[in-house]
Amino acid sequence: MAIEDEYIITIGLEVHCELKTNTKLFCGCANQFGSEPNTNICPVCLGLPGSLPVINERAVEYAIRIGSALSCEIRPSVFHRKNYFYPDMPKDYQVSQYDEPICVNGKLELPSFPKTVRIERAHMEEDTGKTTHVGTSGRIHGADFSLVDYNRAGIPLVEIVSAPDLSSADEAREYVSELRAILVSTKASDGKMEEGSLRVDANVSVRPLGTEKLGTRCEIKNLNSLRSLGRAINYEARRQMEALSAGQSIRQETRHWNEDQGVTSALRSKEEAYDYRYFPEPDLTPLDPDMDEVATIARALGILPPARRLRLRELLDGELTRSELEQVQTCVKFDLDEHVLDAVRTGVPARLALARGSNELASYVNQATVDSFEVAEFPRGKFIEVISLESQGKVSSTQAKTLLSRIASNHNEEVSALIEELGYKAASQDEISELLDRLISENSMEWERLCAGENQLAGFFIGKAMKITNGKVNGKTLASEMAARRLG
Amino acid sequence: MEIIELGAVEIAKAVKSGELSALEVVSAHLSEINEHDGDVGAFLLVMADRAIERAKEIDKRRSGGEELGALAGVPVALKDNIVLQGVETTCASKILSGWEPPYTATVIEKLISQGAIPIGKTNLDEFAMGSSTENSAYFPTRNPVKLDRVPGGSSGGSAASVASRFAPIAIGSDTGGSIRQPASLCGVVGVKPTYGLVSRYGLIAFASSLDQIGPFAKSVDDASLVLSVIAGHDGMDSTSSRTATYEHAPNESDISSLRIGVIQEMMSDVSNDVLGVFNQSLDALRSCGAKVETVSIPAVRYGLSSYYLIAPAEASSNLARFDGVRYGLRVTGADMNETYGLSREAGFGPEVKRRIMLGTYALSAGYYDALYGKAQKVRTLIVSEFARAYSDFDVLVSPTSPTVAFGFGDKSDPLSMYMSDVCTIPSNLAGHPAMSVPFGGGADGLPVGVQILAPALSERVMFQVARALEGASTYMAKPQWAH
Amino acid sequence: MSADKISSNETRHIAHLARLALSEAEIEDFTGQLAAILEHAKDIESLNLDDVAPTRHALPIKNVMRSDEVRKSVNREEVLRMAPETQANMFLVPKIIGED
Repeated sequence: MAIEDEYIITIGLEVHCELKTNTKLFCGCANQFGSEPNTNICPVCLGLPGSLPVINERAVEYAIRIGSALSCEIRPSVFHRKNYFYPDMPKDYQVSQYDEPICVNGKLELPSFPKTVRIERAHMEEDTGKTTHVGTSGRIHGADFSLVDYNRAGIPLVEIVSAPDLSSADEAREYVSELRAILVSTKASDGKMEEGSLRVDANVSVRPLGTEKLGTRCEIKNLNSLRSLGRAINYEARRQMEALSAGQSIRQETRHWNEDQGVTSALRSKEEAYDYRYFPEPDLTPLDPDMDEVATIARALGILPPARRLRLRELLDGELTRSELEQVQTCVKFDLDEHVLDAVRTGVPARLALARGSNELASYVNQATVDSFEVAEFPRGKFIEVISLESQGKVSSTQAKTLLSRIASNHNEEVSALIEELGYKAASQDEISELLDRLISENSMEWERLCAGENQLAGFFIGKAMKITNGKVNGKTLASEMAARRLG
Repeated sequence: MEIIELGAVEIAKAVKSGELSALEVVSAHLSEINEHDGDVGAFLLVMADRAIERAKEIDKRRSGGEELGALAGVPVALKDNIVLQGVETTCASKILSGWEPPYTATVIEKLISQGAIPIGKTNLDEFAMGSSTENSAYFPTRNPVKLDRVPGGSSGGSAASVASRFAPIAIGSDTGGSIRQPASLCGVVGVKPTYGLVSRYGLIAFASSLDQIGPFAKSVDDASLVLSVIAGHDGMDSTSSRTATYEHAPNESDISSLRIGVIQEMMSDVSNDVLGVFNQSLDALRSCGAKVETVSIPAVRYGLSSYYLIAPAEASSNLARFDGVRYGLRVTGADMNETYGLSREAGFGPEVKRRIMLGTYALSAGYYDALYGKAQKVRTLIVSEFARAYSDFDVLVSPTSPTVAFGFGDKSDPLSMYMSDVCTIPSNLAGHPAMSVPFGGGADGLPVGVQILAPALSERVMFQVARALEGASTYMAKPQWAH
Repeated sequence: MSADKISSNETRHIAHLARLALSEAEIEDFTGQLAAILEHAKDIESLNLDDVAPTRHALPIKNVMRSDEVRKSVNREEVLRMAPETQANMFLVPKIIGED
């Protein structure tokens, strides 16, 4: 029996989500990614002596949106100070909600597993600055040092903590991608994992099959993509299983995922167990949201992923195949559902739009940084233009795919110019007709047999046509022309 | 009358009318500082050039026909834990030596907008932790009334600057009595307003839930005028009251319909000379027609214990940021952790370290509920017992300090020093206003102040009683060199 | 839980949490002084306040917030010139243990 079959994996996830407010959580500095170092800073977010925080009301509204979208109970909340020293924290304490968070007791349904994951809490807190470690080379004395940029310090975060309800890397990945889709739907976050807007910590434990008590867990940090999340969980679970099987015990610790080596390693152990000395932040007042306002915010939520999937499913008639269901999920996961819906609105057949959205666009996600969700930025108008041409038979499916791929690698490419460049100038009906005349006269025997019912010969003619036209003929158009002649 | 004997109300009036120029006012005070601050040590920094420049500006505006503010031409001394952009602010700590803040506190902006002229940054117990100003990392301040005595603290420099006639008014901060106790010991008026009445933005925090900025002055009316200028909502301070304001009402001193309670528990540890003066003040209040009776507020006995858990706990967190990363002193060690430890060890004085240690302990795992949590509940107890007392009384009174000004080094044991705050602490825990008014001379003729306590946002009635006491007193503390 | 008796090891641990590199003499002094202060605080430890809510704010205010509008940041140079050490417009700090 494989070792994986002897243990049960338990996973709980903590997802930090940056809120897309204009300003930071406690001051009016811009909440902006990629600015020059230390340009979005002020006495408050730098923790200068004498400065005081004031809560950003939009951050609270966004937290309520997220909580509502996750079916949480929205409650009165209190900010606490979490005290520990670290250079990226200007005040050497982090302002965070501790035992009285704003959102509790929510849930999230995984779309393709029959599983509801409980959300224990979603609380608000401030982000830290960024330290960059600089190696020995740059300095005369040869000492290591770090550089600190406080632009990110004070950006509002919501931390969403799941119950330990997940039991595989696949489930964990699906949880995060569904959570991400929900966050994006609420417009409270842009969900960009690659920019650190969404950061995941995974608590992983294993226990022998047939036992009840959860094993000792390790917290894995530095999971910057769904791919890392899956790999890290698999690695860590296997590590724990092997340790237990060898009679060792698991130490509760924080471990760092190394993407290049594909391993987790214990962070150099802190010399003390953390004692954060939480106490209520005296510089802030409690939050006690008005329940009518909470209801208004909940009502105004955008359409959420389950409804978005339903909306796509309803485009198709009849029972959906398994692969069609997957296509629906993929389109929503990568925020491509609006592309599909818009295409269908302009008259493109739903099945074609869905297939191109899920199979083509979604596949342009660069495999190296899987789930960089930028694919949704594929220009919607150009997507529609290409698949409209395809549905009208003006380009072949192969040509359509090539066009989409070219546009995926450069969003500025124009469809018409590409068609010109690739020589996809669609053949007119007359040209198709002439081509078929030529094929029939050159292959009269085969044509007779096809007309007599040897349908497999259709491929023979299309192949010949491709050869003559260097692949530029639209196979479908030719096939329908042949069918018409045969009947004719 | 000499310029340096004038009060803020008089100076502003004279400057507005052109009777005095702001430059004359500033120059008179600067020369007094030059002459005597070497003996007193009230100032960490005298802003002579800035003050003169600012005075000229005000005079120019007057001659240009512009309307001047309520504090036109009035020099103001600022406790050195309140930030003014570009002016070194140290909290009398080595850890902030040389630090020039890039922004200005709301109170200072308000004072300047009404024509006040910052004349210097005053000495204090390091980070406002202490009751004698002996804890300044730079030098101790002397009590101008008797130079071999402490001025009290932590705002000892501000109290001494007013008592020395270096400035007609000064600004301090009061976390457990740091305005009222030095006011009492130096013989000036000192006010701790209701928590939330004055913005804390720009006040370097000691204990955030207790800190409040307030004025020192030579007279009750001056203090009232200054409070009216600095009070009011500030969007930069979440704990600033949105509705509260304070209006200067100079003529209200009728207390004949008032009921005044004498807090029994605050009489027990008081020395006889102080008690004697305090009892005279009660007679004076009675002869003004007020009904004066004793009231018991048992919970105030727990004030000291509660305070010495809450204040250090908050301080331990507020002072974490002094870590040698972004500003202030750094002593570089082998790594970041060692650098933190060495910088803070070198930068903080013994009292600050003691309170950081105490506060860290009070918040640490396992002790929170028994210590910090319990102390917060004692606050509730004190608030509710005050509320009960205020159903029978309009204001309460007590001695401000159990003793007159003591000598340097007399209270080297931390606990005995902490006892100096026993009468002032409960108002901070409750968030209520309280003030000290000089009333008479105790041992060695040293000043004794009477503390008036009032319900939240009842500054107006508190000032009424203060005016009555002031009117009934003939005592006037004088600097030692003026005798 | 009672908070009596504090050992010098405990003082050392607290000093570490507070990042104070205390001398041995200070450890000893503080151990005694903290014990004395905590002894004094015992008067409140013995109070039964189970039904009393803590007072966190002197004023009963809540929901104080500001609108999400960008305000001007401070001048970077003015802040950086106050720092002990900088490089490339960032704050330079010694090696952080626990970092790769």
